[in-house]
Amino acid sequence: MTNFTINGRDVTVDVEADTPLLWVVRDELRLTGSKFGCGVAQCGACTMMVDGMPRRTCITPVGSVDGASIETIEGLEGREAEAVAAAWQGLDVPQCGWCQSGQIISATALLREVPKPTDDDIDAAMAGNVCRCATYVRIRQAIHDAADSMEG
Amino acid sequence: MTIQSRRQFLATGAGLVIGLALPIKGRAQSGAAAVLSKDGSAAGTFAPNAFVRVAPDNTVTVMIKHIEFGQGPFTGLATLVAEEMDASWAQMRAESAPANDELYKNLFFGLQATGGSTAMANSYIQMRQAGAAARAMMVAAAAEAWDVPATEISVADGVVTHAQSGQSASFGDLAEAAARQTVPVEPALKNPSEFKLIGTDRPKLDTAAKSDGTAIFTMDVHREGMQTVVVKHPDVVGAAVASFDASAALEVKGVVAVRQIPQGVAVYATSTGAALKGRSLLTVSWDTSMAETRSSDQIYEDFSQAATREGGVVVEETGDSGAAIDAAEIVHEAEFRFPYLAHAPMEPLDAVLELKDGKAEMWMGAQFPGVDKGAVARVLGLDGADVALNVMLAGGSFGRRAQTTAQIGSEIAEIAKAAGSDGAWKLVWTREDDLTGGYYRPLTVHRMRAGLDADGNIVGWENTVANQSIMLDTFFDDGKSEGTDPTSYEGSTKMPYDLPALRVNWVRMESPLSVLWWRSVGHTHTAYATEVFLDELLEKAGKDPVQGRLDLLKSEAGRDRAVLEKVAEIAGWDGERVKGDRAYGLALHESFSTYVAQIVEVSDAGGYPRVHKVWVAVDCGVAVNPNVIRAQVEGAVGYGLGTALFNELTLLEGGVVAQKNFDTYRMLRIHEMPEIEVAIINSVADPTGIGEPGTPPIAPAVANAWRALTGQAVRRLPFKSAGA
Repeated sequence: MTNFTINGRDVTVDVEADTPLLWVVRDELRLTGSKFGCGVAQCGACTMMVDGMPRRTCITPVGSVDGASIETIEGLEGREAEAVAAAWQGLDVPQCGWCQSGQIISATALLREVPKPTDDDIDAAMAGNVCRCATYVRIRQAIHDAADSMEG
Repeated sequence: MTIQSRRQFLATGAGLVIGLALPIKGRAQSGAAAVLSKDGSAAGTFAPNAFVRVAPDNTVTVMIKHIEFGQGPFTGLATLVAEEMDASWAQMRAESAPANDELYKNLFFGLQATGGSTAMANSYIQMRQAGAAARAMMVAAAAEAWDVPATEISVADGVVTHAQSGQSASFGDLAEAAARQTVPVEPALKNPSEFKLIGTDRPKLDTAAKSDGTAIFTMDVHREGMQTVVVKHPDVVGAAVASFDASAALEVKGVVAVRQIPQGVAVYATSTGAALKGRSLLTVSWDTSMAETRSSDQIYEDFSQAATREGGVVVEETGDSGAAIDAAEIVHEAEFRFPYLAHAPMEPLDAVLELKDGKAEMWMGAQFPGVDKGAVARVLGLDGADVALNVMLAGGSFGRRAQTTAQIGSEIAEIAKAAGSDGAWKLVWTREDDLTGGYYRPLTVHRMRAGLDADGNIVGWENTVANQSIMLDTFFDDGKSEGTDPTSYEGSTKMPYDLPALRVNWVRMESPLSVLWWRSVGHTHTAYATEVFLDELLEKAGKDPVQGRLDLLKSEAGRDRAVLEKVAEIAGWDGERVKGDRAYGLALHESFSTYVAQIVEVSDAGGYPRVHKVWVAVDCGVAVNPNVIRAQVEGAVGYGLGTALFNELTLLEGGVVAQKNFDTYRMLRIHEMPEIEVAIINSVADPTGIGEPGTPPIAPAVANAWRALTGQAVRRLPFKSAGA
């Protein structure tokens, strides 16, 4: 049995402790916004916030998050998350959309740490999130736009 | 402005077949419910044709016959309908049309199909007619209701108005009455000068659902009692199971069964985690007698030897190129090598199938949905009418889901067949399955030879292309091709340049390794070979890359000329190929009837190119939504750039695929993405493709800049392998 909080809700799951968190959230909790892309922490599609930090959940054993607080795209809240969501809409960032939950989690985490990121900050924070449609130009601009909107 | 949530829709559990009645469960006002209903007019919904649904709540839903995987048909085709309806963009919705080769066929191909950058081109008139018919019926309904002449009625922003009497109504108000009107056969279409929506930026209909996690893809589908299945595939493409030991796998909690299917060994489990763990514990030995067991190095050597001047068949010939080159002042030769490539869409391949009482329902992102549906019927011995396929949003494809062999449809059907009972199964591929699963961009060799006269004019040009055929022996092979496959060499023929003597040969190579169309198909390699070789010739002749090309363009090549001049203008081209530590390169290439020119700025990032900026000029006819066109060009440049810099699938001795995940098959990342400036040529020509044409020019443009910077001619991709 593993207990954790997901999007503010307490849950208990009865799965093998070595099961990746991603599959527990998708299959058992039926929150499918977080995606599978590689299974080896190379693409970031599975990124969730674990105790406030972005984490690749395709390699995170569920047993290791006992007692943790987890946020997924479905429950992402707060000033930064709202600014990111609005910026993503404003620039029509997604193409196929598969990687975007992970991108948005990483972007939100960045803005929570660095309210006014430089291009280098964005490179460092976002380089782990692959977008095969290469929406990177708009991801970068949307993060800047989100930062600007929080200033105003 | 969002796409309809599919959750509730999927929960209805009934077949997605036109004309099949199903319990509507409170979704009577949705487009999907209407298309599913027997008479197409459930609960006051107006359904003038297979594409347009007007609901009493005033939403207009367009059934999109092309799969949406990021290239924008939801938005683009809905725009065409909205334009002719004079609808308000805020009331527009889009939904995937279900598999139906008759109702939803691609007018260019004759079956329901997404590919060849044809979604907009083949739908441009059809969708506008669908919208115009709906508008005419709205007007007729209003005229009848208000007892006024139809000619006095106007429509704007989704409001139908009779100014003289001061009456007006929304589409929703008129939906039920409009459904009783006669469907016009050939409704009049607007003159392009009357367009209000076409030609302007508008927000995409699928952005919201793809930004908040609510968009439902195949892998997100859940059915009651469903088992997740992963298949142990061979790491030598085409190998078959010789024997296997499942005892350890069956010990895993959640693993229900392990069964052999033609594609490999399938692990059935109650969750994905259990299925993957079970698969990792399988021991399988493979029979590789029918597989490709040569290494890539050996295949390159074999293809190179075959790519002779006399090899294969002549697919284009002008003048006597041999004599012209033999008599030339300077003879230039080059061989270009291009690796096998995987499409690597972010969502690995997947499918869901539910079998119940002799009927099957499927969920998958298929580019040829009727083909996958047909394969399921065949494998399971069902009547085609008893199989329904819901075309799902797909997390990318780039050609991978355009399966003439129904690779995924067949695999999920074999999984159901092996289970031997009713049930529901979700097939999930991993990245390892994806990269080692075959259906690659064909490994290709171009052998080229050209001659220059004393004034630096090109007097002869020869190009022999050697690779496997994508299209021959598939259902696209109509027998008229006389043994040639244009998708193997397209772009090396019909060049825009006026060359006095030219000869292009194609040599068909054989391998058990499967190949497939990959974003821009033959142009992935022909644009590189032709535009790099040409650039080298211009350099030898002391000519400017822009002016040299302009001088060579055939007089009728007006659209090529326009994009070339435009890109030179926006990039501020001044003939200086190197400025400090930066160098500039150019490429021009038409594909899918869209014309693209690109100029790049590169520097040397420690032995390979760092691309800082890309200027693009594109002519794709009428720019239906410039926002989507810019996005597609940005993405196509990034897709082509990452591939050119980093990607190749290597077959080791024995045929084992070396690259199995993104750690060795490296994707372009945000810090490697250049700034991109796109200029769209203003045009009233019918729209052509935009999903693919941005890809071909980027690699040759970078190679031309890199050669200017370093003197190194990159003749083998990726740059990484060429030692760049």
